[in-house]
Amino acid sequence: MSSNIEQQIKEYIAENILFSSDGYPYPEETSFMENGIVDSMNVMEIVAYVEETFGIRVEDREIIPANFDSVKNLANYLRMKGVNGK
Amino acid sequence: MTHFRLVQEFLEKSAQKLPDKIALVCGERRLTYAEIDEKANRVANALKKMGVSRGDRVALFMQNSVELVIGIFAVLKADAVFVAINPTTKPDKLVYILNNCAVTCLFFSPQQKMDLGETRQHCPSLKAFILTQGEYIHLSENKNVYLFDEILKTSPSNRPIPKNIDLDLACLIYTSGSTGEPKGVMSDHSNIIFAVDSITSYIGNTEDDIVIDVLPLSFDYGLYQLLMVFSFGGRLILEKGFNYPAQILTQIEKEKVTGFPGVPTIFSMLVNMDLSSYDLSSLRYMTNTAAALPPAHILKIRDTFPNVKLFSMYGLTETKRTLYLPPSQLDVKPDSVGIAIPGTEVWIEDENGNRLGPGEVGELVVRGRHVMRGYWGDEKLSAQRFRPGRIPGERLCYTGDLFKMDEDGYFYFVARKDDIIKSRGEKVSPKEVENTIYKINGVYEVAVVGVPDEILGQAIKAFIVKSDPQLTEADVLRYCRNNLEDFMVPKYIEFVAELPKTSSGKIKKAVL
Repeated sequence: MSSNIEQQIKEYIAENILFSSDGYPYPEETSFMENGIVDSMNVMEIVAYVEETFGIRVEDREIIPANFDSVKNLANYLRMKGVNGK
Repeated sequence: MTHFRLVQEFLEKSAQKLPDKIALVCGERRLTYAEIDEKANRVANALKKMGVSRGDRVALFMQNSVELVIGIFAVLKADAVFVAINPTTKPDKLVYILNNCAVTCLFFSPQQKMDLGETRQHCPSLKAFILTQGEYIHLSENKNVYLFDEILKTSPSNRPIPKNIDLDLACLIYTSGSTGEPKGVMSDHSNIIFAVDSITSYIGNTEDDIVIDVLPLSFDYGLYQLLMVFSFGGRLILEKGFNYPAQILTQIEKEKVTGFPGVPTIFSMLVNMDLSSYDLSSLRYMTNTAAALPPAHILKIRDTFPNVKLFSMYGLTETKRTLYLPPSQLDVKPDSVGIAIPGTEVWIEDENGNRLGPGEVGELVVRGRHVMRGYWGDEKLSAQRFRPGRIPGERLCYTGDLFKMDEDGYFYFVARKDDIIKSRGEKVSPKEVENTIYKINGVYEVAVVGVPDEILGQAIKAFIVKSDPQLTEADVLRYCRNNLEDFMVPKYIEFVAELPKTSSGKIKKAVL
């Protein structure tokens, strides 16, 4: 069962990157890069989205696959930054 | 210097000279020249056994990977012609390309999520498929499908004796054209060997160079990094993209990278980052092509990397590289893309074929052994772009780009003659994007243009007249994303009541 953070990320990517009308179609562990889900421009959009939505500051050094390359990685990273799902 | 006759000798001669040197780093994998050569021999022998013959086209549809590198050299060793296809290509265009050049064998990775049955049904020339990773479990059917890993285990490792000579084709590189249909630029072995030699000579590459490649091998600029590095026995750090700049910077630091080829989009991202916490002192040179760097970015790069030589370059797939600006001239002529690459010549002509002098604007014409062999299966288009020269049998390339030259013979890009957009360093045909958008229900009329963008160079913008008021921006973007490569998806959609037209009914894009 996904928590709210995972759900929020999936909704954002489905609506703003995949323009999908039926939600985020991949498992939470799926690598964005390996599967062509996002491209380099989208990564920058996701960074801007999480900074704005969750009120955190993302350092350049933190924009790496371990933090950003799947719904799961991103949710874990946000929790590490002190974000709690609402 | 080493003499090469066929492109696969870049690998073979380096494997002979430096068998145990790490040639390729890709993710966690590190392969020596001898290992790559042996694996490529095995795959080549398998291709021949599958019925791939001299001159056959073999396509590779996957992201940058070890298998893509081995596959490219295996195809060459089998006397065939490789066609590396952009991994974000969607099914309709994939089928178009496979049929356009009648591909006989296709390498593909499971991540491509390609529908094997559909592809097989629509491409009758395909006789064999090679799945580069994973098992048959990924597939609903496996007739004539071979597993890359099985081939490496079972196929013999002897080097096939080449039948090709240097006039035979080595590869087709598909690029966007103003007609909207992709066209395959044919390179023979001698074209590539000449271009590689010319480029590595002005960059001054040596065996000690370690080059990081974040560009897809389906793009000539990305592909040539591999070919060049293997020609001089260096090391290639092959990445899947520039999605995570911090990871690339860490790799540069860790692998002590000396050469970094980029496009303006990549350099824009870099100059906006704080680079102070990385040790990038190993970098010796950077190259930029596809579009000019804004002067402010050149200054920032020069400030951040005072010891790095920055090469500003210009080219088109039809001649690989055409011009380069010697780094010593960068401060003197920052707007110029330089002079002809070594061993070639260029000039500017007016529409009547008269050569023009300094300050006059005309079409750039290129002469040299890097002028490619034409477009696959398109004699009409080939005849427009590649025209006879003064010596019987020679081909000149008419670039379709307007340039001017200064008193010292340095060239400056002015504009394109056609309406091709350059976004993220890649060519985008407005017609191809328009054709796709026209397939959406509810679109009455569309015009696609490039608009200036600080990061992308040009961003793609579509002006749409709706026939269905319910049509939304998300509907259009969803369709584009599902049917166009990533770099062709518009950034902006604007719905308008009507498009400006000339008296003959042609859309006036200039006023959009």
